[in-house]
Amino acid sequence: MTKQQHMPEIYGKYPKKDASCLIDLLQDVQEQFGYLPDSEMQQVAKHVDIPVSRVYGVATFYNQFRFQPLGKYVIKVCRGTACHVQGSLGILTTLENELGIKAGQTTKDLMFTIETVACIGACSIAPVIAINDEFHGGLTTKSLQKLLRGYQKRSAKDEVTA
Amino acid sequence: MNITLNGHTCWAKPGETILDVSRREGVNIPTLCHMSDFSPTGSCRLCTVEVENAGSLVPACAYPVHEGMEVRTNSPRVRRARKTIIELLIANHPQDCLFCVRSGNCELQKLTQEYGVRTHRYEGERRRARIDIASPAIERDPEKCILCGRCVRVCHEVQHVGAIDFVHRGFKSAVAPALERSLNTVPCVDCGQCVVNCPVGALTEKSNQKPVWEAINDPERFVVVQVAPAVRVALGEEFGAEPGTVVTGKTVAALRRLGFDRVFDTNFSADLTIIEEANELLGRLKNEGVTPMLTSCSPGWVKFIEHYYPDLLGNLSSCKSPHEMQGALLKSYYAQKIGVDPSRMYVVSVMPCTAKKYEAQRPELGGAYADVDAVITTRELARMIRVAGIDFFKLPNEGFDDPLGESTGAGAIFGAAGGVMEAALRTAHFYLTGSDMKSLTFAPIRGLDGVKQADVRIGDFTLKVAAVSGLKNIKSLLDDMRDGTSPFHFIEVMACPGGCVNGGGQPLPTTPEKVRLRTESIYQIDRESPRRCSHRNESVQKLYAEFLGEPNGHTAHELLHTHYVARDEF
Amino acid sequence: MNAFSSICFENCWHSAEKPCPRFVDCVHGGQQCGDAAQSAERLARYRRELLLEEHDTPVILVGMGTCGLANGAQVLHDALVAECAARELTVSIIPVGCVGYCAREVIVDVKLPGRPRISYCEVKAADIPAIVERTLQHGEVLEEKLLGVESRDAEAGWQDYPLLSELPFFAKQRKINLENCGVTDPENIDQYLVRGGYRALTSVLNGREPQEVIDDALVAGLRGRGGGGFPTGKKWQFARDTEADKKYLICNADEGDPGAFMDRALLEGDPHRVVEGMIVAAYAIGASYGYIYCRAEYPLAIRRLEKTLQSAREYGLLGKNILGSGFDFDMRIKKGAGAFVCGEETALMQSIEGRRGMPRPRPPFPTTAGLFGKPTVINNVETYANVTTVFKYGPEHYAGIGTESSKGTKIFALSGQVCNVGLVEVPMGVTLREIVFDIGGGIPGGRKFKAVQIGGPSGGALPESVIDTPVDYESLKEVGAMMGSGGLVVMDESTCMVDLAKYFMTFIQSESCGKCIPCREGTKRLLETLERLSRSHRDENSQEDALLRFQGMVYLERLASVIKDTSLCGLGQTAANPVLSTLHYFREEYEAHLYERHCPAGACKELLTYTIDTDKCNGCGLCARKCPQDAIIGSKRQAHYIIDEKCIRCDQCRVNCNFDAICVN
Repeated sequence: MTKQQHMPEIYGKYPKKDASCLIDLLQDVQEQFGYLPDSEMQQVAKHVDIPVSRVYGVATFYNQFRFQPLGKYVIKVCRGTACHVQGSLGILTTLENELGIKAGQTTKDLMFTIETVACIGACSIAPVIAINDEFHGGLTTKSLQKLLRGYQKRSAKDEVTA
Repeated sequence: MNITLNGHTCWAKPGETILDVSRREGVNIPTLCHMSDFSPTGSCRLCTVEVENAGSLVPACAYPVHEGMEVRTNSPRVRRARKTIIELLIANHPQDCLFCVRSGNCELQKLTQEYGVRTHRYEGERRRARIDIASPAIERDPEKCILCGRCVRVCHEVQHVGAIDFVHRGFKSAVAPALERSLNTVPCVDCGQCVVNCPVGALTEKSNQKPVWEAINDPERFVVVQVAPAVRVALGEEFGAEPGTVVTGKTVAALRRLGFDRVFDTNFSADLTIIEEANELLGRLKNEGVTPMLTSCSPGWVKFIEHYYPDLLGNLSSCKSPHEMQGALLKSYYAQKIGVDPSRMYVVSVMPCTAKKYEAQRPELGGAYADVDAVITTRELARMIRVAGIDFFKLPNEGFDDPLGESTGAGAIFGAAGGVMEAALRTAHFYLTGSDMKSLTFAPIRGLDGVKQADVRIGDFTLKVAAVSGLKNIKSLLDDMRDGTSPFHFIEVMACPGGCVNGGGQPLPTTPEKVRLRTESIYQIDRESPRRCSHRNESVQKLYAEFLGEPNGHTAHELLHTHYVARDEF
Repeated sequence: MNAFSSICFENCWHSAEKPCPRFVDCVHGGQQCGDAAQSAERLARYRRELLLEEHDTPVILVGMGTCGLANGAQVLHDALVAECAARELTVSIIPVGCVGYCAREVIVDVKLPGRPRISYCEVKAADIPAIVERTLQHGEVLEEKLLGVESRDAEAGWQDYPLLSELPFFAKQRKINLENCGVTDPENIDQYLVRGGYRALTSVLNGREPQEVIDDALVAGLRGRGGGGFPTGKKWQFARDTEADKKYLICNADEGDPGAFMDRALLEGDPHRVVEGMIVAAYAIGASYGYIYCRAEYPLAIRRLEKTLQSAREYGLLGKNILGSGFDFDMRIKKGAGAFVCGEETALMQSIEGRRGMPRPRPPFPTTAGLFGKPTVINNVETYANVTTVFKYGPEHYAGIGTESSKGTKIFALSGQVCNVGLVEVPMGVTLREIVFDIGGGIPGGRKFKAVQIGGPSGGALPESVIDTPVDYESLKEVGAMMGSGGLVVMDESTCMVDLAKYFMTFIQSESCGKCIPCREGTKRLLETLERLSRSHRDENSQEDALLRFQGMVYLERLASVIKDTSLCGLGQTAANPVLSTLHYFREEYEAHLYERHCPAGACKELLTYTIDTDKCNGCGLCARKCPQDAIIGSKRQAHYIIDEKCIRCDQCRVNCNFDAICVN
């Protein structure tokens, strides 16, 4: 895998045996792989010289870290207060029904992942979701369905060209 | 300084916590996460007390005293808070006390009784998780875990193993091995310190009572049992005796009544170990072999070095641990002697240890048959005695069977940290000088300190030795060895802090005070022994003459020595 | 760009390696040494340019904070660049932070040479050609998009346009910490410098002893803006008084309260202000290294902060020997990894150290033994911005704003069911009513105000009866809420307060670190109690379930009070607040759920009943096809019927019905 070749760059950035770099390292690994593979967590543990159990304990504590690959489109549903009072739960349910997965899961074809976030800070256009960091605000069930169709078409097209 | 505790003025030192003062004053404050000699985590909140003008309740374990402070440990507000916390724990705990191995000896159960919890006040979702039975030594039932964190702390801070840690967050929090695998697939050393620190039934030894009962009940089997040095100073606690009570004779009697065909003493092979080990050491010194030599009686320690310092395996003594030596001899020397087919013989070891369960399964320990067939802990033996309806303290004192029952004081002190070293020095002195030393007591390597060192003059040779217990303490010494800067010739290592008296299979709960008392009794047995040096054990001498030949000789090597395996850190 | 580093006169030797103590004075007040008149004039002209007092080409400011971007500011910006290029216009287009009026984003300001600034709002990419043509090319105001003008310009015929400062949204605000947000380029340090930036730092480093700085902070009456309101000077004093070989300073930018985005706006709109405040604080306590712990969810803020630190270092304002004072201080950014609890001081420090972000008991306080065991001061973003304000304008001036016990201003993120969603800065002491109704413009759609949630998950929901409470630390506490970090979520009558409490409990429950029992186990039981209240009776299988519903309510207050009394950290101790405050002000709503199994606001889905109005239904069958549960039956062209037992109240039938025939009760 070509990805493997980049690894020394990540580890070289951080001094060995310095546990305070742990989270930075994990963030870099996740950026590289999209998630935290077991083998990399073991590598991280060796680098900072702490038990693997501690690396895993830290990784599972924070929302950011994933242990499975993510979908091509990561849909973040804002569950902030402003979004909640504007109906973001309904948006989430619709999304879950449409894609047939629950929040935190990825579709079988690795196309979509649904995540919930505490607040993306775009309260002015609540309820809001972000698909791969592209914001979509002021959603209703209907506009969401339309939006989703667009992405599904796009992913189908990508498949054909690929 | 002075503080007011429940209306009474009492004296306190600056830097003490409310808990320290209360315990000294005889005021009980319940705790679950508290561990003496550790920095407080303040996670269980059971020790909450009321401090005048502090606003909310404060944790007694973490809150320092200050002059004139007014503390109430028993106000309605405090009692209500504690009871609610217990109720919350119960709400997320399997309600199966009836079947739980810790029933009657469970800290949560005790608190439930003390605080008069009589109903389920809160009901709802419970944590669901599978029991992990894959390890040969330790069973984990995460549903029973109350997340006090004591096991995690002892595993990381005392043992520096870190096989388990907290995972996930909030209500989903759990204690689990790395990557949530089962315990046997992570570098756990099976020392069982997590077990002796667990307040509930979440961590227990993997029980071998059933196969042992089956063997006893099988008329075809010739079932032989041996008892480790540290068992006899702890077993009495299971039947209500004061910690440290020596119950050797009653233990032997109980084992006979359970139906074992022969009852032998691991102290015998401890003496044997000393002969082999002392000879090995002198050989290494004479022939400029690999030093420092490291002892190999503690299977948790052996697994530790295999996982974390495999490059230093050459330093490890090749001697099997005493009970394995005993097993090997029972199935060869003794079987031959009494004319029993070794395939019919079933060897059971009663050990203060969980790692011995794993050790007994090592393929290299045994030839055609495993040296030892089953290991049960002190706690399991107590359960067997109870189920057999034996009234332990009404038993007469009985002696071990011959010939693998004779032992010296040197074998006895294997049960305490520093004991192996002391016993080896007594014999090494004899081998080097031809005479026993004047005083057989080595004060510098006794006691519960994690690292003890001494320079021992034997003739014109100065032997530099260290005795280490608790795996955290060995790390810096091993790092020195890696760097080639270690000054030592001989190092004793015990996985558990304090040695076998504080082993993972000992009666619960274990406290530092109990460990101290058990240690004292170990040395008392030594003091009162007619012979106190391993080379004075007549049965051992006879064994060499009749069967083994020379120490470290060919037969000895085949039966009493072993080899080690480098294991992955993960 | 970055011209202050090169524009000075021939004799100037200021550099990052060898900084001149008078550099900032020079930049701000004019050349301080030497007598080359030419370079003095060059400096003055550059300053006027930066301040947009004198410029040859039109300047366009595009609001490109996260809220602007979420409304399409990037597309708009690109369109603007393309349009100007197509028409061969020389225009400088500057991305700026958020001006606060999120409801009217994207906001585009146009400054023509010699004319006051014009502010356009709700600009879409499609409006760009008109703006370029009419305003840039013809100097006209595009009235349909006009928000206001900076000043009335009779010469241009703009005397009748609304003044920005007189708009209701801005009129009652007092922007001092947000003074630069939305009007300057946050990535350009010169823009910050020319508006008085780093003068606070210069005044402190030149001749103020650290102790005097702390005394000034006390005189100003500055209190922490992160929630608790602890006096900032006092905190600094503790850290200063602790002997140690190393001390740390941390900026808490882990803004996690749902519905709060003040810190983000500050970091995106005026990052230098925060950094300057940190350097002042570090000087006061004697810290040598600092961390900004910022949410990873704020990528723009992190990017801008990185640039900020870099340019501050280049100017000799950060690093070794700051401004020639001999004081060394540097800092780095630590990205949070997503844990609300890391907003708690001790948890945050654990996280920086690379551990699970679990709080530890206090004492010892971080000012005694904090990060890596060293004395550490943690303040949040807004507090540091206020530090800059205090020393820029003087502590006495600062103390003149606000109330007796709460000084200065407070920034609120106003959101929810309110007309003017946005970021507002008000002097302490204004009432909630003024914020919600005067600045916020009240509730949209003619619905009735119901409550305002202040202080995020740790705060409380306040009803109309206490809406005249002045905003200060003590008054808010008295009515059962707290200042918190500054989220203000307005709710109208369509919001169910049981649902709101449930929402916050869900949040706290999922964000509890799990360390202490009351928070880990207790919040779960609180949440379950609330869930039972809003669960349909159809899902209650037995009498026991109903009994549990009542039992939970009976023990609710007891449990909440124990959680408050025994939890380890501030988050746990306030975890029950949303329940306690809604229970206090909206008890009848709880009772309706409990006894009548009815949600007065109609928000608790499971308590709703869906029926079909047979008069309106023409039997098109669309709803039956859309129903995921096959709960709708009926023959073609006949009125349909919903089987209540099967209905999961997903609302699909109502959404899809073209005849308004689905009734919800």
